[in-house]
Amino acid sequence: MDDWREKQELLVMDGRIKVPYRWFAGEVGTRYLESLRDQGVFLGTRCPQCGIVYHIPRRNCPDCFEECSEWVELGREGTLESYTVVRKHHPQLSVLPLPYGYGIIKLDGADTGFLHLIGEFDEEDLAVGARVEAVFSDAREGNILDVKYFRPTGGVE
Amino acid sequence: MGKRVAITGVGMTHQRSARPDVNGRELINEAVRMALGDAGMTRSDIDAVVIGNMDHFEGINYVDTWSVDGSGGLMKPIMKLTTGGTTGTTVAMGAYYHVASGLFDRVLAIGWEKNSESDTTGAIITAFDPFWDRPIFAGAVAGLAMEATAYMHATDATEEDAAYVAVRERKHALNNPYAHLHINMTIADVMGSPYLSWPVKMGDMCPRTDGACALVFASEDVVDDFPQRPVWIQGVADRHLWAYTSDPYLDFKTGEAWFPAMQKSSQDVYRRVGITDPLEQFDVAELYLPYSFAGLRYMESLGFCEKGGAPELTRAGAFDMGGKCPVNPSGGVMSSNAIGATGLIRVAECAWQIQGRAGERQVPDVKLALATGFGGCFWSDVLVLGKDKPEKARG
Repeated sequence: MDDWREKQELLVMDGRIKVPYRWFAGEVGTRYLESLRDQGVFLGTRCPQCGIVYHIPRRNCPDCFEECSEWVELGREGTLESYTVVRKHHPQLSVLPLPYGYGIIKLDGADTGFLHLIGEFDEEDLAVGARVEAVFSDAREGNILDVKYFRPTGGVE
Repeated sequence: MGKRVAITGVGMTHQRSARPDVNGRELINEAVRMALGDAGMTRSDIDAVVIGNMDHFEGINYVDTWSVDGSGGLMKPIMKLTTGGTTGTTVAMGAYYHVASGLFDRVLAIGWEKNSESDTTGAIITAFDPFWDRPIFAGAVAGLAMEATAYMHATDATEEDAAYVAVRERKHALNNPYAHLHINMTIADVMGSPYLSWPVKMGDMCPRTDGACALVFASEDVVDDFPQRPVWIQGVADRHLWAYTSDPYLDFKTGEAWFPAMQKSSQDVYRRVGITDPLEQFDVAELYLPYSFAGLRYMESLGFCEKGGAPELTRAGAFDMGGKCPVNPSGGVMSSNAIGATGLIRVAECAWQIQGRAGERQVPDVKLALATGFGGCFWSDVLVLGKDKPEKARG
């Protein structure tokens, strides 16, 4: 067995699987994305019991478990809750040139943050509490990248 | 009330960057054989198997079925558990629940992964929401980096404080022949390593690893049949909080920038076990710290100190070998991370510490040990293990 191993490298097989998944946005996701694409307006949903405004909108409050049927219009500006500056590329990740920003943004009028990219920044502009505004993509297709990224406005909360 | 449950057999492979000499079932078999040998058992003594990994890392689904050659589970009850990074600790909890139920006396728990067989970042992305997270998600490192940013903003902690943790873990690993990384690092080495995603540097991060771990869980009714000293499960708990990547950093109901799932799960098990001062009461802890900043923030979330107190306590050596409560004598996750095995290895290391079988990394006279699992994203398993048989099963 040992002699055999000296003469032969261990073999490998490359996978070829690409599963063509298609995901449905559903009614809640479609209403949100339609508003973003056609009006450039961010929408959230409010829990009728605790009053929390969810953005990204949720159909039900995970805590109260009530249906969040009330839609709320949110601002195009918000506050950075946390952030990082990505310095290493990966084939599966954003194609923005390095370094690019990435953070959790709480939009004005929302109680929860959401994940998005940060662009047009100097690193000293980034801080927890920094104010940012949405920059929309030229061609909007009905997905979250209809917002190209958020950029700092210079303000701090 | 449930049965009291002990760990009565421990097995694990040496953790390596790649194991091209074995396939998954053969890797699993190495750990299983060692655990059965340790427990003085044969395959026929196994009542049930609980096994876990994350399918997307190998791209081969249903390990519960295809692993039976290696797992010992041929024609036996098998249950597969997959919960992200917590998989290994969830497997331990699943085996514990099986035995505590009174329905099974001897249950084999197996956690394993061959992270060398895929693109770890690409595979991890498949756990994230395709509409709201994936188009933007910058991988596990950037997710952790945002946690580090929020933590540094809320406290006086620095990147150097985190580097201390990375150095400690790598230093501890030098005593562990099973660890993947055996490298002597200084704080300057960590600070000088390239940024992956600010403030997280290469030196702050865990490696990706191939490895397997197996434990035997036995009922109080049969525990005397085993050659090794039983290690008693004192209590376990888990909490989940995460639908989207943006959820876990802040408790949006309280505004707290901590780790609600880890706080709640640890408080829950501490209450049942009677832990009021973790730093005083635990003799050792094996914690799922996937990167350096976790070694600060999670100590606070686990109640070892007040919020913001971890950097000072850490630098004072409280969690070093010889300190008040050594953390990760094994070298932890920053030295070996075969993801589906990692949580179970935390439990296995606690068992060896309690049995006094941890070799060069042994902490003297361990009576009570804490093990945690951390999962994608930001959920939390907590297990308390002890030398003494608990008065009753405490969940």
